[in-house]
Amino acid sequence: MHSFGYRANALLTFSLTILALMCAIASLTDSFNSPSPSAQVQVLNINWFQKQPNGNDEVSMTLNISGDLQSLFTWNTKQVFVFLAAEYETRKKPLNQISLWDGIIPSKEHAKFLIHTSNKYRFIDQGTNLRGREFNLTLHWHVMPKTGKMLADKIVMPGYRLPKEYR
Amino acid sequence: MGWVSDTVDSIKSIKLREALHQVITLGMIVTSALIIWKGLMCITGTESPVVVVLSGSMEPGFQRGDILFLTMSKDPIRSGDIVVFNIDGRDIPIVHRVIKVHEGQDTEDTYYLTKGDNNPTDDRVLYNYNQDWLQKKHIMGRAVGFLPYAGWATIIMSEKPIIKYVLVGALGLLVLTSKE
Repeated sequence: MHSFGYRANALLTFSLTILALMCAIASLTDSFNSPSPSAQVQVLNINWFQKQPNGNDEVSMTLNISGDLQSLFTWNTKQVFVFLAAEYETRKKPLNQISLWDGIIPSKEHAKFLIHTSNKYRFIDQGTNLRGREFNLTLHWHVMPKTGKMLADKIVMPGYRLPKEYR
Repeated sequence: MGWVSDTVDSIKSIKLREALHQVITLGMIVTSALIIWKGLMCITGTESPVVVVLSGSMEPGFQRGDILFLTMSKDPIRSGDIVVFNIDGRDIPIVHRVIKVHEGQDTEDTYYLTKGDNNPTDDRVLYNYNQDWLQKKHIMGRAVGFLPYAGWATIIMSEKPIIKYVLVGALGLLVLTSKE
């Protein structure tokens, strides 16, 4: 009953249980944080707008992205993954999401940013539906915890429109 | 000769009883592990509720040896979600982030493109020849929770199988020889 093996086993089981409990509590404390992030995006220029040889529309644009995500960081936050997606609907596809830019924010000090960039990933439609198309720019973020539940949210910025003609 | 066979019988019965007890204990451990695993499968709706990260392609978010908890709910997959997918004809599942979604009227007409956070390009180089998109059938689950380092034992055991056999042997021996 009181052999070395039994005691070692009991100690190991107990410490693992406590560790798991502490991880769960750390994750739970995240839900007490009520963040108030903000973001602005400007489309500065449509660099070019064409139909590819295979028949899909492609557009290249220059963007100014600014945001303040400092309030997302808690003591259980490892990093925040942030990305800007263009979202629009077409007749055949009710939802299209195209990531244009993304970044990893490693700490609270870097969570206030202003970025001037052209789209990092290609903005290509499945088809030729982009001329005159209205779209949203949405800043999404995914909070990666040190341990526990992953959280995600977004800010939708509606009211952008692509040019009527290729250029 | 009566007392000899009596003694033999009594020894036999003790051994048999103990052996049976050990076998049943072992069986209980194995079946309860199986019940927990299958139960998780039912709750989460995915064939593998827990996966171990095997590569560094999602660093610094996920490192080799971290554990991810997956679900496969009715909620549609959106860009930004971290999914686990299987390419046809390959065994090892990949954990990457969805960066593009084209969602049609049904799942047959819905397409996803993924990328590892730490990779310079999207995953079209990993997909099969002439495959540009993932579809629902490729996706095994979506990551919802995260536990660091807990998967290292699995990685060590799958890379050095000898350790696995020694460990399983030792555990089996321990269970079979231990006395209550």
